[in-house]
Amino acid sequence: MSQLHIGVVQFPGSNCDHDAVHAWQTAGQKVSLIWHKNSDLEGADVIFLPGGFSYGDYLRCGAIAKYSPVMKEVVRFANQGGLVIGVCNGFQILLEAGLLPGVMLPNQSLKFICRQVNLKVVTRQSSFTSAYQEGQVIRVPVAHGEGNYFADEDTLKSLQDHHQILFQYCESDGSVTDSANINGSMLNIAGIMSKSGNVLGMMPHPERAVESVLGSQDGLGVFQSVLNSFAEKAD
Amino acid sequence: MPPTETRIKEPEITTELIRSHGLTDEEYARILKVLGRVPSFTELGIFSVMWSEHCSYKNSILEIKKLPRSGGRLLVGAGEENAGLVDIGDGLAVAFKIESHNHPSAVEPVQGAATGVGGIHRDIFTMGARPLASLNSLRFGSLENKRTQFLLEGVVKGISMYGNSFGVPTVAGEVYFDPCYQGNPLVNAMSVGVVETGKTASATAKGIGNPVLIVGSATGRDGIHGATFASEEISEASEAKRPSVQVGDPFTEKLLLEATLEAIESGFVVGIQDMGAAGISCSTSEMSAKGEVGMKIDLDLVPARETGMTAYELMLSESQERMLIVAEKGQEKQVQAIFEKWDLHAVVIGEVTDTGRVEIYRHGEKKADIPSFELVLGGGAPVYERERIKPAYLDQVQTADLSAYKIKDLKKEILQLLSSPNIASKKWIYDQYDSMVRTNSITGAGKTDSALIRIKGTRKALAMKTDCNGRYVYLNPRKGGQIAVAEAARNVVCSGAEPLAITNCLNFGNPYKPEIYWQFAEALGGMGDACRIFDTPVTGGNVSFYNESPDSSVFPTPTIGMLGLIQDVEKTPPIPSAPTKEDVTIYLTGKTGDSIGGSEYLSWIHGKTLGDAPEVNLHGELRLHQLILNGNKAGLIDSCHDLSDGGFCVAAIEFFLFRQNNKTGISFNLPESGTLEGALFNEDQGRVLIGVKAGYEPQFEELAKQHTIPLQKIGKTTLSGTLYLDKVGMLDEQEIAGIFENTIEGYYNR
Repeated sequence: MSQLHIGVVQFPGSNCDHDAVHAWQTAGQKVSLIWHKNSDLEGADVIFLPGGFSYGDYLRCGAIAKYSPVMKEVVRFANQGGLVIGVCNGFQILLEAGLLPGVMLPNQSLKFICRQVNLKVVTRQSSFTSAYQEGQVIRVPVAHGEGNYFADEDTLKSLQDHHQILFQYCESDGSVTDSANINGSMLNIAGIMSKSGNVLGMMPHPERAVESVLGSQDGLGVFQSVLNSFAEKAD
Repeated sequence: MPPTETRIKEPEITTELIRSHGLTDEEYARILKVLGRVPSFTELGIFSVMWSEHCSYKNSILEIKKLPRSGGRLLVGAGEENAGLVDIGDGLAVAFKIESHNHPSAVEPVQGAATGVGGIHRDIFTMGARPLASLNSLRFGSLENKRTQFLLEGVVKGISMYGNSFGVPTVAGEVYFDPCYQGNPLVNAMSVGVVETGKTASATAKGIGNPVLIVGSATGRDGIHGATFASEEISEASEAKRPSVQVGDPFTEKLLLEATLEAIESGFVVGIQDMGAAGISCSTSEMSAKGEVGMKIDLDLVPARETGMTAYELMLSESQERMLIVAEKGQEKQVQAIFEKWDLHAVVIGEVTDTGRVEIYRHGEKKADIPSFELVLGGGAPVYERERIKPAYLDQVQTADLSAYKIKDLKKEILQLLSSPNIASKKWIYDQYDSMVRTNSITGAGKTDSALIRIKGTRKALAMKTDCNGRYVYLNPRKGGQIAVAEAARNVVCSGAEPLAITNCLNFGNPYKPEIYWQFAEALGGMGDACRIFDTPVTGGNVSFYNESPDSSVFPTPTIGMLGLIQDVEKTPPIPSAPTKEDVTIYLTGKTGDSIGGSEYLSWIHGKTLGDAPEVNLHGELRLHQLILNGNKAGLIDSCHDLSDGGFCVAAIEFFLFRQNNKTGISFNLPESGTLEGALFNEDQGRVLIGVKAGYEPQFEELAKQHTIPLQKIGKTTLSGTLYLDKVGMLDEQEIAGIFENTIEGYYNR
């Protein structure tokens, strides 16, 4: 399989941009940084919105980012079926930009939370989770102040009906419980994809779990799944 | 029509005004002599901040100079630049420094702590180094107290808010609670950065006619007289000084970081200094003095956040996220283009002159004209030899009879000790810090006694730790100073790294009190003893005096920030703080005394701060370093954990709780000591729990003999999953873990 070209969008306050570059390079792919003032995605095959504080995020996280020149192109790219991944702040921006349903509230504890958490891979029927087992429990870190996913009942039902929930906070045995729900998210949601299946948003950081020295390699599955989906297309 | 402030005449210089600027008669006389005339109001302001302790080190520099400040690996020594620089080989160097933000945090904890973090990072990246990690050292009063809870929550929020957004991981720290810090909390922040050797920037102005630029945020009225505020005791009037506290903007700091590193890399920057204390006053005078030049500055050109700011206010503002840059003449446009890309101001506000004077203009009028040399440390700033008297309390505490403080109910007291906020897990605090951003934090080996940060593209890892037990320094300043360095070094070694150098943050009371000054001089003497023996020179740091409030004076607290290095993580891997498997033989190094003097046990269980500080043998510590590092190189060591607060008892419990597999159990004997209190709770130094891999015991024992380190075989890991202590019995994991992990959060849920 030929190398993919990954475009990592760089907002001025992105701070996981270089981590994303490092992770994609670890997965053997070509990566370029795309500056937020650009309105050209430089022919990238996949767009990755990294974590951070896009424009300071003193207002609602990601609320300003959606107006940036680059996001207009990202929305266009996504609407044409391009694969887009938003992690942490990237997820918040995707929600603000309307590419994914729902909103983020401050964590229930009203405090920033940084730690390794257990995630249940709800389905492997997606471009982002095919490298995992159905129901597999993976260890990936979170680091956010506003990761409390909220949506109305119809939206939640629709997410479930269309198998859009990919990751849920869970116990080490995979059970989805209140005590495992670190931030108060509805249905313990940690990551969802769009109905069309080409946009992923997740609060945990798979790019921080790609080497054993970092404490976990479980995040690699997300990157591998994306590569699988392109390999299938090529077949 | 001229703006309002030119029509307001600057106030006349009166004795009261001089006094309210914290200047003594002697100092004012010196100003008259330097200028040959009465200073203007603006000049008085500039002198007052530049000659404050915070900027001039006038009461501390003579003692600081006695510390070892040079050594093989030092590329830039203490005081030469914004931070010291240590060579780590292969063309890389580490810049690191610790600084206090105590007074602002006492008044406005969130912003006080946040700007402390911002300020110390600027010191690092103004040298051209990219900050890789951040640490802190915090002291508060009793956690029972609502004000303490408010301060702790605010300080943690400030550090979290600033560091997380700025995108540098907060990787380690220490937090102590003691009533002595009630009115005067300590907030020390440390930054560690890496730069390619030879690519550093200097805080020197050079080249007559070169343009001077101010970059970053606009200047507002915040933080005026912050440096002077930090140089006086906290009182009820301090609340009124809230406007002296700066406000932090981590987003702008992030932009400033990227733009500054890009500008330095471009080669168009001649010199650069961050604006911390005393803002434009400090950066213009220090850069000029260092380059033996002058500067002419037009304040009308400074981007201001507010209208009607006077020369005095602009010169003294401590608005954050600003830098002063001297650029190559004719290349200022290129520098400006870099800052514009990051949407930051970069405005030419003056030029380098050959006068040797800082000349400040506002609305065409000269508001200040001072020889830069006269303003700075090492130049004309005053230097004082302070009176010192051995405090009377020392003999009383050191000779106190401690025989009455006995164990009454052993198991109960062990559980009680675990519930001391000084012992209990700080998880509630550090979970609020992003400790992993930039994916360099080595956590794969499990918990380690010091934080480890890998350097991508190399096999190197940096180890770092802050340490200081203020109670020891209070009970015996010299020994306490020695122990602060020894413990920091031991933590670095326990994680597998070689100690390289230290930075320090010297938090003391009012230096004009001879007893306080005696503590200061003695504690520094102790630090110097340890640094010389370990060959870990002092690369710089910060002095914070006047840590007193009407109710209390803090323990003398010289916080040590220790830097260590693992040259090749494949040859000498990081050592975890707790056993990784069964059949590990556990050794205790060193000698355990009988005394509980200075211990957390005596303080928390019996409510007494008494006795002498624990015993420390610096040459023994150095041999212990060599034993651990050589043992690790030979592949003998499974795990390593330092004994500190709470003595053997707490270290043993942590060794169990931190284990990587919960099927592992541990069975311990007790250390050989004349008393049960000593065996469990004595805090003598040089003691480490070392887990040795099965089958390698004879080799390890031989190695210990070579290094003349006393060993006691003290335990073994099993497959029982439980913890057993001789004379204590089984300790229920759920019970001890529950207390250990939930204590601090528990104070907020009451």
